[in-house]
Amino acid sequence: MGDLVLQALTKRYGGTTAVEGVDLEVRQGEMVALLGPSGCGKTTTLRMVAGFITPSAGSVRIAGQDVTRKPPYARDTGMVFQSYALFPHMTVAQNVAFGLEMRRVGRAERESRVMEALRLVRLDHLAERLPGQLSGGQQQRVALARALVVNPAVFLLDEPLSNLDAKLRGEVRMEIRSLQQRLGLTTLIVTHDQEEALTMADRLVVMERGRVRQVGTAEELYERPRDPFVAGFVGRCNLIEGVPEGAAGFRAKGGALLPCAPEAPPAGTGAVLALRPERIALSAAPSTASLGEGTARLEAVTYLGAQTEYVVDYAGTPLVVIRATPPVGDPLRRLAPGDAVALSWDPAAARMLPAQ
Amino acid sequence: MTSATTLPWVRRALFRASVAFAFLLMLAPVVTVVAISFFRQEIVSFPPEALTLRWYINAWDQQEFARGFVTSLEVAALATLIGVPLGTAAALALQRSRIRGKEALNALLLGPLAVPGVVAGTALYMFYLRAEFWLDRDITATLEGLVAAHVLLTIPWSVRLVSASLAGLDRSAEEAAANLGARPLTVFRRVTLPMLRPGIVAAAMFSFIQSFENLELTLLLVGPGRTTLPVAMLSYLEFRMDPTLSAVATVQIILVAALMLLTDRFVKLSRVV
Repeated sequence: MGDLVLQALTKRYGGTTAVEGVDLEVRQGEMVALLGPSGCGKTTTLRMVAGFITPSAGSVRIAGQDVTRKPPYARDTGMVFQSYALFPHMTVAQNVAFGLEMRRVGRAERESRVMEALRLVRLDHLAERLPGQLSGGQQQRVALARALVVNPAVFLLDEPLSNLDAKLRGEVRMEIRSLQQRLGLTTLIVTHDQEEALTMADRLVVMERGRVRQVGTAEELYERPRDPFVAGFVGRCNLIEGVPEGAAGFRAKGGALLPCAPEAPPAGTGAVLALRPERIALSAAPSTASLGEGTARLEAVTYLGAQTEYVVDYAGTPLVVIRATPPVGDPLRRLAPGDAVALSWDPAAARMLPAQ
Repeated sequence: MTSATTLPWVRRALFRASVAFAFLLMLAPVVTVVAISFFRQEIVSFPPEALTLRWYINAWDQQEFARGFVTSLEVAALATLIGVPLGTAAALALQRSRIRGKEALNALLLGPLAVPGVVAGTALYMFYLRAEFWLDRDITATLEGLVAAHVLLTIPWSVRLVSASLAGLDRSAEEAAANLGARPLTVFRRVTLPMLRPGIVAAAMFSFIQSFENLELTLLLVGPGRTTLPVAMLSYLEFRMDPTLSAVATVQIILVAALMLLTDRFVKLSRVV
């Protein structure tokens, strides 16, 4: 076990830059998720850590040792691939034993460690099967056991859940997280699924176009996003372009004046106001007091079971509002598109961000 | 609306009929050859006067057939043993390395498939004669000469089939092996090669059959005392037209079919071809 430190890690392909100056520290026993849309450089970063891609600049340090120029087989990492990447011609036990064999672990010890690892993922009864005879979830667990059995300093997961169906995904997610915590694994996981990242990782790294946009805990990213990209990528968010008008609020492009915290309007004239849909309160009887002019009109209502999503036109600015579905009989249940509604929110919940 | 309800039935019938027709077209010559080999009359006619095994006995008595059979087996086995590893290596270079002119190299390696056998055979014959003069030793009508010529048949098949296998190979399995501590050569031996096995087995089988059955390329390269089975059959045909050839062909068909079934036990052919 050890920590992982990336310094100014960069990868260029000809004229295009896939990863630009990524600095990151994954502490001993910590799980960090690289999160971002496809093509943001998260997988390239992970593959540079594993040694499959040689960085153009910067360094990778594992447990204090600089491994930037070392080939994959000389790095102490255990990787789980998106496609599982099991050896189809070897049994489950042989797959798991492979890494121990490469480390010249004796037969007796090898066998006991393989069985131990398979017990860890509850597959010891399938040791003699071939990968082709297992379900997707079982194959994924074999891949986990194979990577873990060698006690790698750093555990790497590349979109480990994307090939599983929704129900299984939840199960394997919990399994990976509990294994990671129980064994105190220093882990770097790549995912494009924000829910996956939010539920599994201690800290998240949001990447876009090769750069790190923000690093932080799930709460930090959600409550205090640094820019509109992070606000929009982690959770849903109303992102309203406009101009700050000091204490009066925020003047949206559409003309509406939106209340917001007066603190620190970003430099420059253009800004973006970030307002989470669930932070907006909605009522049926237009109370003009809270709105000033009472100019909100309901455009669409989508019933989502536990929640209901409303699209409201607020003086020319469309806002998405998400509320817990009100009980049957509540006047809110009778709202229909075209109805007048009142909106209100705590000004502190509206965060002003620099325009992209 | 009507088309949706009536067509599936008609379509299925048409589909089955065309499948049956295709099979008939492919199997008719084989069935005919096998049937004729049991007819008693010397000049083929229908229906048979009686059934007999005398053509098999006659074939057995012909020295050229037995010797041709052995030569064909030897040539096919050696050409396969040489061509498949070479073809595999070439396929790896074409798929994996960063050498330049891959397209040209690929075309060159598949070339022998495009050149008519008789043309290639003639060219080889002239080349062999020249080489014999320079090296002052026999090449035509020797085992080495035949094997060398047949390697030209086995390489293209191996390159094609192994390339197809390589293209479909999940490279992350190789990466996983490297990640677990395997050096490049170990990755190749323990992961890449076993995963290529179906393609390599198929390449060996196709190569063997191609070589074993080849007539055109071989025609000029054989000589007295060293003839392959197909050439021996052609020579027999020049003088006589009895069902002996059908008997030999039947044995050949059985041999190839057995080889295919045997291969299929190790690799599902439907997965490779």
